[in-house]
Amino acid sequence: MIEFTFWDIVRNLLLATRWTVLLSLAAFVGGALVGMAVLFFRISKHKWSRRFASGYIALFQGTPLLMQLFLMFFGLPMLGLRIEPWTAAVLGLTFFASAYLAEIWRSGVDALPRGQWDAGASLGLHYLQELRLIILPQAFSITRAPTVGFLVQLIKSTALTSIIGFEELVRTSNAINNATFEPFKVYGLVALIFFLMCFPLTQYARSLEKRAAAR
Amino acid sequence: MAFAWLPGALGDIAHGAATTILLIAVTTLAGTLLSILGAAGRRNGPVLLRRAIGWYVEVMRNTPFLVQLFFIFFGLPSLGIRLDPILAAMLAMTLNMAAYTIEIVGAGLDAVPGGQTEAALALGLRPRQVFIKIVLPQALKIIYPALTSQIVIMMLESAVVSQIAVRELTYEADMLQARTFRSFETYFVVTLVYLAMSMALRRLLVTGGRRALGAGVS
Repeated sequence: MIEFTFWDIVRNLLLATRWTVLLSLAAFVGGALVGMAVLFFRISKHKWSRRFASGYIALFQGTPLLMQLFLMFFGLPMLGLRIEPWTAAVLGLTFFASAYLAEIWRSGVDALPRGQWDAGASLGLHYLQELRLIILPQAFSITRAPTVGFLVQLIKSTALTSIIGFEELVRTSNAINNATFEPFKVYGLVALIFFLMCFPLTQYARSLEKRAAAR
Repeated sequence: MAFAWLPGALGDIAHGAATTILLIAVTTLAGTLLSILGAAGRRNGPVLLRRAIGWYVEVMRNTPFLVQLFFIFFGLPSLGIRLDPILAAMLAMTLNMAAYTIEIVGAGLDAVPGGQTEAALALGLRPRQVFIKIVLPQALKIIYPALTSQIVIMMLESAVVSQIAVRELTYEADMLQARTFRSFETYFVVTLVYLAMSMALRRLLVTGGRRALGAGVS
C-alpha cells in the first residue's frame, strides 16, 4: 500500500482543485454566453419566444442538476457524439448556469423604468442598439451581486460532476479516502478548499449588495 | 429510445419517489425548527453563540452539499458516531437547509416592527410568549415565499444522497438503468418525475401556506 503523508494529501487535492477552478470558469463563461441568448428570448416582444425561454428556465430550475448531468452524459452518445466526462460536465453546467443567469439578468431588465426604453427610442436607436447601449449595461450593473452569488453556487455545483466521473476535487478526494481511510481529514480538507474559494466571493457579493442598497 | 421496461419499473420509481418525499418532509420540519432556534439565538443569544451560528451559516453556505454529506456519512464514524444512510442524509439535508433558512427566518424576524413586541409586552405577555405568539407568526408570513423556494431547492438537491446508497428516486434510477441498459430513457423519465414533484410541491406549499398563514402569500 502507498503511504500518504499529510502533505501528499494536500498536494494531490490542490492539484485536483485546478480542474474544479477550470470547470467553474468554463461553465460560467459558457453559461453567460448561452444565458445571454436565453435572455434575448425571455425579453423578446414575441409571446412564443418568451414562453420558450420561460419553459427552458423552469425546466432547469425544476429538475436536479445531477439528472441534467446524467442526461448529458448518456444522451449525447445517443446522438452519435463520443463524450468524455469533461465534455458532459462543461455542457451540463453551462446549460444549468445559462438558465439561472438569464433569470437573474431578466430581473435586472425588468427593474429598469419603462422610460429607459422610451428614451432610447426617442433618440432614434433601434431595438438592438437600445439593448446594447442602454438596457443591458444597467441590467448587468444592478444584478452584479446575485451574479457573483450564483458563481459561488456554480463552484459548489461542480462537486456533482465527480459522480459522472470527472476528476475534480471531490472525485480525487474519494480516491484518496479509499487509499488512506481518513475521511474526516480528507473531506475536512476538501470542505476547507471549497470554503477558501467561495467565502471571498460571498463576501464580495455581500459588499456589492451593500453598495447597491446605499445608492 | 425504448420504454418497454417502464411498466415493470413503476413500482421502483414510486418507491423511490416516496423516500424522496419522506426525506424532504423530515428536512422541512426539522430544518425550519432549527432555523427558528438559530435565528432567535443569533439575535438574542450570548455573544459566543451568536458568533458560532454566524460561522456555521458561512461554512455550510460556502461548501458543497455533497462534501457535507460525505463528511457526515464517512467522517463522523471515526468520531464514533455511526449513522444509517437515511439518517445521515436527513441530518445532512437538515443542517444544510438550516444554514440557508436561518438567514431567511432572521430577515423575517427583523422585518416585524418593534412596536409589535412592545405592545405585546405592555399587554403583560412574557418574552417567550411574545416571540412565539406575536413575532414568529408574522415573520413566517413575510418569509413564506422564500422558505418555499428553499424547500423546493432542497428537494432537488436531495438527488445527491443516492451517493451514500439511500434508496430514494435517483438511487432507484441508478439501479434501473444498470438493469435495463437504457440509461438515457431511465434518467429522462426520472427527471420528469422530479419536475412533476417540484411543481406539485411548490403548489402544495403555496396553497397550504395560504390556508395556514392567511391571505397575502403568493
